[in-house]
Amino acid sequence: MPLVFAGVTSHAPGITGRADQADPELKHGFRDALGHMREALEASKPDVLVVVAAEHFANFFFNNMPAYSMGMADFYDGPIEDENWLGIQRVRIPGNADLSDRMIRSIMNYTDLGYAQEWKFDHGIMVPLHFLTPDFKLPVIPVNINCQCPPLTPLHRTYEFGRALRKACDSVPERVAIVGTGGISHWPATPDSGKVNVQWDKDFLERWKNNDREALLSYSDGETYRDAGQGGFEIRTFIAISGATEGVTGDVWYYEPIPIYAVGCTVGVVNGFDE
Amino acid sequence: MSLYYLQKLFYELNRSETLQVEFRANQEQVLDAFELTGEEREAVLQGNIGLLYVLGVNGQLLMHYAAFCGLAWPDYIQAMRDGITKYGQVRAGLYAMTDGKGAI
Repeated sequence: MPLVFAGVTSHAPGITGRADQADPELKHGFRDALGHMREALEASKPDVLVVVAAEHFANFFFNNMPAYSMGMADFYDGPIEDENWLGIQRVRIPGNADLSDRMIRSIMNYTDLGYAQEWKFDHGIMVPLHFLTPDFKLPVIPVNINCQCPPLTPLHRTYEFGRALRKACDSVPERVAIVGTGGISHWPATPDSGKVNVQWDKDFLERWKNNDREALLSYSDGETYRDAGQGGFEIRTFIAISGATEGVTGDVWYYEPIPIYAVGCTVGVVNGFDE
Repeated sequence: MSLYYLQKLFYELNRSETLQVEFRANQEQVLDAFELTGEEREAVLQGNIGLLYVLGVNGQLLMHYAAFCGLAWPDYIQAMRDGITKYGQVRAGLYAMTDGKGAI
């Protein structure tokens, strides 16, 4: 079954953990956009949601860091963080190990990735799910791209991973939706937390909207670190979605920097999957 | 400098409620299992978030230890800023790629 939905959004823990410390208008504007994204996702009638995320040392550490990994379990638990700190209660989320197995085998024809039969979701997945599948009933397959600690996978490999993911989605009979989740520019959990490079973000989102492969892949990690902070490395999650939807444009339904959330809050949806 | 083991401590502490209980009961004993320098060990024992940041602990690990130590979010951010003022720029890890002062 061809891919049924593709989009991108933010996942910063402040979105839920420090929800009410934001300007109410911004908070509600962002949540409204996430609500529209949830409606579009639901309208696509997915059997499973693949979340392409950038986790933060919840499951993968410096002792054995995969560039790419995909979950292959029948359930996942989250959040791994303190429930009160994140503002999300701990819950068990269904997976689909059999479907994961088939998708991983498909992807491995084109690119290498690790797999994980146990995976504790951190805010990188829990925050998007909190808004997109608030009853946590839709089966989820997590994907992680190491965006935290160099050496990082090159951007052109990320695009190729997205292409391979798309082939896997299209090769299975299930209706698969994909959502990439990361920051754009941000400096989370550092003394610069709250800083956002709005101009850089808007330029990146223009490239993302146009699915301009060459422009998306033209950043060096040094430039990204300088202009968009270490959180900027998470553009890989957006670029993977671009690879999975090559040749198709998207729309940005919401973008506003919300400093207390430590990120420019974003909702973007790829066109053509709602027909 | 044994940043790998220092970060491993926080990685494991963040993942395990059992270890958190053990750590609250006997920090010294838990720390014995990690190859830390004297400075790193003292920084952990003192809950010195600013020094831990300067030693190079990634914020995605450190922010949870700060919360574990009872710091609210603004206090965590301020502790890192104070650490840079007191101990100088970040010495290792990802944040040492620049002058460690960012846009404070």
